[in-house]
Amino acid sequence: MRYIDYMQLNPFQRFGYNFTQFFKKLPGNLARFFKFLGRAIVHFFVAIGKGVAGYGKRFVKGDIFVKISYLFFGVSNMVRGQIIKGLIFLLTEAAYICFMIFFAWNYISKINVMGTAVVGGVEQKIPHSLGYVAKTEVFEDGFPVTKFVDDSMLILLYSVLTIVVTIIFFAIYIANTKSAYKVYEAKKNGETIPGFKAEIKAFFDEKFHVTLMSLPCLLIGCFTVLPLIFMILIAFTTYDKSHLPPGNLFQWAGLNNFGELVNFAGGDAKARTFLDLAGWTIIWAIFATFSNYILGMIVALMINKKGIKLKALWRTLFVVVVAVPQFVSLLLMAQILAENGGALNQLIEMITGSHTPIKFLNGTALSARITVIIVNIWVGIPYTILITSGILMNIPADLYESATIDGAGPVKSFTKITLPYMLFVTTPYLITSFIGNINNFNVIYLLTGGGPSNPDYYNAGYTDILVTWLFNLTMGEKQDYKLAAAIGILVFIVCATLSLITFNLTKSAKDEEAFS
Amino acid sequence: MIKSYKLRRGLANTFIYIILAVLGLIWISPLAYLIIQSFSADPEAIPQSLLPASFGFDNYVKLFTETASLNFPRWYINTFIIACFSCVISTISVLMVAYAFSRLRFKSRKKFINIGMILGMFPGFMTMIAIYYLLKAMQILDLKGIFGIPGFDGPILSLIICYSSGAGLGFQISKGFFDTIPRALDEAATIDGATRNQIFWKIILPMSKPIVVYTVLTSFIGPWTDFILAKIIAGDKVDNYTVAIGLQKMIDVDHKNVWFKRFLAGSVLVAVPVTALFLKMQNYYVEGVTAGGVKG
Repeated sequence: MRYIDYMQLNPFQRFGYNFTQFFKKLPGNLARFFKFLGRAIVHFFVAIGKGVAGYGKRFVKGDIFVKISYLFFGVSNMVRGQIIKGLIFLLTEAAYICFMIFFAWNYISKINVMGTAVVGGVEQKIPHSLGYVAKTEVFEDGFPVTKFVDDSMLILLYSVLTIVVTIIFFAIYIANTKSAYKVYEAKKNGETIPGFKAEIKAFFDEKFHVTLMSLPCLLIGCFTVLPLIFMILIAFTTYDKSHLPPGNLFQWAGLNNFGELVNFAGGDAKARTFLDLAGWTIIWAIFATFSNYILGMIVALMINKKGIKLKALWRTLFVVVVAVPQFVSLLLMAQILAENGGALNQLIEMITGSHTPIKFLNGTALSARITVIIVNIWVGIPYTILITSGILMNIPADLYESATIDGAGPVKSFTKITLPYMLFVTTPYLITSFIGNINNFNVIYLLTGGGPSNPDYYNAGYTDILVTWLFNLTMGEKQDYKLAAAIGILVFIVCATLSLITFNLTKSAKDEEAFS
Repeated sequence: MIKSYKLRRGLANTFIYIILAVLGLIWISPLAYLIIQSFSADPEAIPQSLLPASFGFDNYVKLFTETASLNFPRWYINTFIIACFSCVISTISVLMVAYAFSRLRFKSRKKFINIGMILGMFPGFMTMIAIYYLLKAMQILDLKGIFGIPGFDGPILSLIICYSSGAGLGFQISKGFFDTIPRALDEAATIDGATRNQIFWKIILPMSKPIVVYTVLTSFIGPWTDFILAKIIAGDKVDNYTVAIGLQKMIDVDHKNVWFKRFLAGSVLVAVPVTALFLKMQNYYVEGVTAGGVKG
């Protein structure tokens, strides 16, 4: 379809056209994605191949000291005068071996069974209805003493840690062989070999990026990436209240937890809760995102309209709500809407004189859900005003003028000019806020705490979204960690997909060298 | 004709003024209620009418004197300590990453930027629970008086680590700012023999005061407004609460009947400084949110 034909369609036809186009293009896009993925995988293996080839080449070409360096780190460097650098390499190797022998082996060797217990001095697994028990009664001086042998949690944790450490160690090993060969070549060609001081200096000049990046990378690795891996692994175990270390062991459970969540036909409370909450999460996210977006934009347009005075005052009135910490405004709102002594009910009583307070948050499921969405509008509109004001001002004024001359009213200019323009510019923001609403813990938890509760659900209420359910399963009475982790992964997959779409949308429009 | 057009516009504007006034009232009245009731000196614990009959500073005074069961001053100090530490660490790591990505050209720089952006888009919620498992397994949460400092307990250390560790991912805004500083400055300095380290400290940082201030303020405000991570980490260790979960504690079933108005007073004490700081830097905030978006 040509552009001119497209322009003649009405909004519904356009939507239908875009909708079908999306699915028409989907196979192509998918194919492109897999092609990209395939190319990335090929690149990866080519890089590995090149690495291995270089590794072998350096070994064959190097002299005896280079060859020794392949087993004992840093020898080549030390022989050729880089004493300190060589020693650092050697010490790293020694430290890694000690770490493996005295610490890590104890844990990583048990990763397949998640721990054993000692009975009478002999290590063995004790089968138990709840899994394997890691504690045992041992008599010392005639008194029974409970001895904890293994802690599945620590086994899992330190095994992941060991794998990460091993990967880092391997990188150091490769760096060592490269360095060993480099000094050998330099010596052979009669070049000067930089001393330790010069190497350190390089870290503040040519290699300054290494100095700058290492600390943040370490922190992000330890507290963002490692927990993610760990969380994913938990979802495949039996870790919950009745398998709580120390004292109990947990086991690998394969896909059981995911099976429980999607076992819709079995009439299981968990599966039912999951299905219902997932549905409500989507409804919530759609309503919360679009109500804020559209209403916020309308208010922003009113504030920015030509001829409206005191713009700064109106803006500030709304922006103050953004500035107040969200937990304060939400806790306050929960109190204002309370059944007993809530300010809104007092106001209604004052106006109408009725003495039966309205149950905004703890009445029926529907009233609670509507209240939550409305309060979210109160919280969210100011954000939209803040974000969109600047962009709205950028829409060329002559567009509106010519529309007015052609006889378009305010509603028509909004749907024909403002909305398409804004949707085009702020799609990434829209997707990001959709993801944000899927994970909008604060609004739900601080307003209703998930209530009104539903006895048919597995530890959840009518307004619970998936993340608040996850939170309740972890921090509440149930302590069903494995199920929480499985839900986490599912939410994570949805959000990750959306994030990647946003990322692709924004990537094309980036021109970072524009100013420099 | 002109007259009627003017009249119509005037009518439309009046209509908009009325809507804006009503909306503004709706938006601001809960906050007004918060402030007015926090100064209430009525004998009832829970306000019985919209406006209090008498005013006074009772709630504020009690908040700081009756600390036997719920210790608000201590929570305030906890939050302040956490905010200070995480502010320093976050600022340093954000500026380091942003400078490296903006000014230095090294192998796989693009890859790092992409990985950073993707990691930054993932919701922090998933990692929070896992961090809780980790800290619990390593028994860091039960530590008392780390380095012999009384009150510097496990949860506080954990919160400092958690708030500051992911900070490096928020490099976007600072990088954008660094990108606008002309590269000719770097080149001139390099010709004069400056190392990249010196360029960072002596040229880029002095020129980037606004962005440094912004980074410091946001990372300082973070711990004051965060609820969920603090809730997960501090659990039932009331002494290690931050203001956010402390205030929630004041209005739970056991405490609400005594503490409600003190909750309002505490909320004012937390909200006023945070609000003031936010209003100061709202423009940067907008830039930050739209940084990933297409420029209009």
